[in-house]
Amino acid sequence: MLIELLHVSIIAACLIASVFYGRYMAKVFQGERNLLSPIIRPIERGIYWICGIDESKEMTWKAYLGWYFVFEFVCFPFAIAVLMFQGSLPLNPHGVASFSFDEAFNIATSFITNTEWQVYSGERDFSYLSQILALIVQDFWSPSVGIVCAVALFRGFARKNFSTIGNFWVDITRTVFYIILPLVTVFALFLASQGVIANLGPYVTAHTLDGGEQLIPGGPAAAVIALQIICEDGGGFFNVNAIHPFSSPTPLAYWFQMGIMLLVPSSLIFAFGEIIKNRKIGYAIFIAMLALYVLSSPFYIGPEFQGNPILQKIGVAGGVNMEGKDQRFTLFEVMIWTLTSMCPANGSTLSQHDSLLPISIMGIIWNIVVGAPIFGCWGTGSITIIYYFIIAMFLGGLMTGRTPEMTGKKIEPLETILGAASLLLSSLPTLIFTAIAIALPVGLAGLNNYGPHGFMEIFYNYAADAVNNGSPMAGLTTNTPFYNYTLAIAMIIGRYSTDITALVIAGSLASKKISPITKATLPVTSPFFILMVVGTVVIINALQFFPFMMLGPILEHLYMVMGRTF
Amino acid sequence: MPAKTSINLWQSDLLGRAAKDSVLKLDPRTLWRNPVMLMVEAISILTTVIAINDTFTGGNYKLHIQIAIWLWFTVLFSTFSEAIAEGRGRAQAESLRQARSEAVASKLLKDGSIEHISALSLRKGDIIIVKDDETIPSDGEVIEGVALVNESAITGESAPVVREPGGTISGITGGTRVISGQIKARITADPGETFLDQMIGMVESAKRQMTPNERALQILLVGMSIMFTVVVVTLVPVASYTGVQLAIPVLVALLVCLMPTTIGGLLPAIGIAGMSRLLQNNVVALSGKAVEASGNVDVVLLDKTGTITLGNRMATEFIPAEGVTKEELAVSAMLSSLADETPEGRSIVDLSKQVLGIRGRDIRPSEGSTFVPFSAETRMSGINMDCKEIRKGANDAIEEYVKSKSGSITASIRTAVDDIAKQGGTPLLVVEGSKVLGAVRLKDVLKEGIKEKLSNLRKVGIRSVMITGDNPTTAAAIAAEAGIDDFIGQARPEAKLEVIRKYQKEGHMVAMIGDGTNDAPALAQADVGVAMNAGTEAAREAANMVDLDSNPAKLLDIVEIGKAILITRGALTTFSVANDVAKYFTILPAMFMAQLPMLGVLNVMQLHSPNSAILAAIMFNAIVIPLLIPLSLRGVKYTPSSAEDLLRRNLLIYGVGGLFVPFIGIKLIDILVVLLHLE
Repeated sequence: MLIELLHVSIIAACLIASVFYGRYMAKVFQGERNLLSPIIRPIERGIYWICGIDESKEMTWKAYLGWYFVFEFVCFPFAIAVLMFQGSLPLNPHGVASFSFDEAFNIATSFITNTEWQVYSGERDFSYLSQILALIVQDFWSPSVGIVCAVALFRGFARKNFSTIGNFWVDITRTVFYIILPLVTVFALFLASQGVIANLGPYVTAHTLDGGEQLIPGGPAAAVIALQIICEDGGGFFNVNAIHPFSSPTPLAYWFQMGIMLLVPSSLIFAFGEIIKNRKIGYAIFIAMLALYVLSSPFYIGPEFQGNPILQKIGVAGGVNMEGKDQRFTLFEVMIWTLTSMCPANGSTLSQHDSLLPISIMGIIWNIVVGAPIFGCWGTGSITIIYYFIIAMFLGGLMTGRTPEMTGKKIEPLETILGAASLLLSSLPTLIFTAIAIALPVGLAGLNNYGPHGFMEIFYNYAADAVNNGSPMAGLTTNTPFYNYTLAIAMIIGRYSTDITALVIAGSLASKKISPITKATLPVTSPFFILMVVGTVVIINALQFFPFMMLGPILEHLYMVMGRTF
Repeated sequence: MPAKTSINLWQSDLLGRAAKDSVLKLDPRTLWRNPVMLMVEAISILTTVIAINDTFTGGNYKLHIQIAIWLWFTVLFSTFSEAIAEGRGRAQAESLRQARSEAVASKLLKDGSIEHISALSLRKGDIIIVKDDETIPSDGEVIEGVALVNESAITGESAPVVREPGGTISGITGGTRVISGQIKARITADPGETFLDQMIGMVESAKRQMTPNERALQILLVGMSIMFTVVVVTLVPVASYTGVQLAIPVLVALLVCLMPTTIGGLLPAIGIAGMSRLLQNNVVALSGKAVEASGNVDVVLLDKTGTITLGNRMATEFIPAEGVTKEELAVSAMLSSLADETPEGRSIVDLSKQVLGIRGRDIRPSEGSTFVPFSAETRMSGINMDCKEIRKGANDAIEEYVKSKSGSITASIRTAVDDIAKQGGTPLLVVEGSKVLGAVRLKDVLKEGIKEKLSNLRKVGIRSVMITGDNPTTAAAIAAEAGIDDFIGQARPEAKLEVIRKYQKEGHMVAMIGDGTNDAPALAQADVGVAMNAGTEAAREAANMVDLDSNPAKLLDIVEIGKAILITRGALTTFSVANDVAKYFTILPAMFMAQLPMLGVLNVMQLHSPNSAILAAIMFNAIVIPLLIPLSLRGVKYTPSSAEDLLRRNLLIYGVGGLFVPFIGIKLIDILVVLLHLE
């Protein structure tokens, strides 16, 4: 019990810390003097000077979006090129081969969209150059790009009769230097102190007791893991992700990895409250997210603790389901990690999801599809929950006979329609691509399991990629051109629909006036409205995914109760 | 009270026409305005073809034909709801149209001769002449002459009104009748654009413009329909992977049940019904956008006179001087006012009668008395009788008069005068000879019911602002008495425009009502500008609504109707979406139970068989539309309360209700389906 409480309190501590980190972030993005200004401000200025950026010059949403695209279009070919030619480029001590175009396209998309879906095995298939230039660089940039879109949206809410929403280059620079670097540095040092490896040496070959040979990987794991855990890309430095002993050598190391996953997504919402000068709204959104997080926990702690009914029936294993989990961790540790990592679309795994019981997997898929607004990815998470607030506002406004307002900004047709479109664009591709994959031989070819379980593997994969979560369920062979392309397209639609709509809405909101609050204004912070938002999130997603859930996890569960597995 | 044109919803001729129209409206060329229903129609055609094909090839035609029939009913019920809403509105407008199209206009040509032409060929700028007992052929503005006009055709008010050039009573409306007098008027509307045409257009769906909010909702509903299409279509390969082949009519039944057909079907009816509810209140909205905006208004600008107070000041109290009784003062005040035909004068007589307990109508002064009428020089009026000179007048005028007779005003009278002024009243003094008898308090009297209306406004967060020419003290007193939030005293005509701009700049949405040409810029600037029908053409053109009764307090009703329309849409949308949960639990198990019997656990309602479940769901989905027609025509009841209370109530009724009602409804229909052997 004590250990469970400890987990919960570490998460709570990180969430409380996020209140203050959020205030710090708000200062950073508003260009106010903050704790780190004395150290970082000169560097920041130097960068503007070198790049010729006028930090006082703001952009309209069109310019902001334009530079956003320029940035992404430069990143894409560069990353693809590095991956396609890594075999013949330097810093390749183990002579790994180059990727084919479809693989490179998929990997580049995955990292640029902050999905970090891994079609490769991190330690085996990448040269150090690829790790650094294609992956680590994107680990900085892709979450930054997500954050700046969210910050632009926040400004849209805060500003009155404005035509500009900030400066893209300034926002990116500040995210990297004030938000990511300090946090990652501190956390990487902490991880290294716990024994997470950090070197640039060649892999070590070990001779095992039974006479076999094992390749022990090396590399800058502490830095990369710190970066990937904090920035929600969750892509493991090691293929087995956080389960690898080098990734989670001590309880402290993985406890804090778990807690810190929620830090920045949660801080961003508090930063929203600061920027619009209405902390209460930040708290309200936070409470909605926390409620969704807590509400999904029964999926995780329910079935696994009851164990597998088949095994219990034949008396092989009583108690809990430990299949696919490392014995170093308790079941509670594994499941709370899984819950916590799914919500912020982090996707870092501490067990093999393929081996979980069907209802647990349903919980994970649920958190993946709903997960976008529960803390969510850097930036896109905040944007998505704000979209749900907008949709709930629209309905609530109708039901109170008034054009809805959020923080005094009238939520008009443009905002509602774009918000709804973005939400649908990150969920419908999942349904469409899953259906295509299950209908085509080329899709079915990847299956290693059959029946509802096989279906679930495909469903899981597209869902995770469409919301840029990127966690693997495994069990599906996806390194084929078909999966590489379709998964990449799902990632692209999911990510860009959110970011682009956010910038358009930001521009529209910034130009509006701010209406004063009256009794007729629907209070965003009332418990009843928060409940309505939570309800909206649940209903919108349940209506879309219920049929698939029924034919996947629910059907498998019913089969399992009958004694049949896949 | 104007007679409200109320039309019985279930009148048989209305129903007959609506039934016919509902079939005509199936034409895709008209149905495209309602994309959700157009989709359902396309699906119905597809299902019909499949069902007919099944009849010959031996498929499950019994079920499929029934599905097709109920799909058609779904579309028909929707077009029927629209037709009946239109029918009601049209019935209100039809009689007017008739009156006008028969009218012949006497057009005054440039050479001074008169040409008789059809009312329908009059154009803007034409000059016409209308005589006794003629119908006014089109909208216009009186430029010469005076006439008594019966406007009952559009207002329901049988008392005739005077129309004359200039001022606030120069507007005439086509379709009304001149009772006596002759006027020359300038036509202000081209054919098809007159007030009456606009009025009819607002209740005809083909011409009705959708409001921004309605359009947004419709796009969202189309988005949801697309979403469910994806959900249902993608289910096909997954089902076939699981080993279940799904029949198209069954898939279609699922799709139509999930699509927001309830709100989609009723959406046009709600919009039209909103317009005709306004019409019932004798308000004509010239743009649907304004009706919607009226729900958003949070500041209303009200003229003091006529809106908050009755037009005139009334005597409410006698304050006698020392040594004078109230009765003595009352008698003198009455005598001095007997010949005073102003409303103030009459109110003094009335009050005196009350004080003195006189009932008789005829009170005459003694023989030989002479009345002294009010003059601009003396600023007093009164009577000379029995050697007494009784005068009444404003404070300063009487003071001068008394001084000239070497009398003086006592301190107690001065205090009384000051008190009256401080409390927002107007003091009058009554004097006999050089002796001041006392003061009369003249006061603005609030209109009946205005206090409740203003307090309702406050409940929904709307600020009321009073505009008056009175001095600030008087204005403050009236504002306090009526419960007004803010006032602008000593307002110049331009003040309204400035006030509106100021509030709008702060982010408020402002509504105002006005009648004069002076008001036109402010009416145009306001988010909701209501012109009185009797007002000038300039005011009517600048406004986006016209109040036929010319009753300024109507603004408050308009706000409530605007809100009720939005609430009705929101409530039915929530209801429609919440219904989907039960429909999933009905149709999904039914689709798969035959091949995957373990999914029977999801059949929570224990429906009889897959066929009966599918039929029950699709029947419920169709029947719920006509059941909700009365609600959508009447509108969800709107009681002024805070946004949070409204949300809580409507969400509980339509959201939570919408979750559970279909479980019960579908179960009942399922029992019925089994009883009738329809499965």
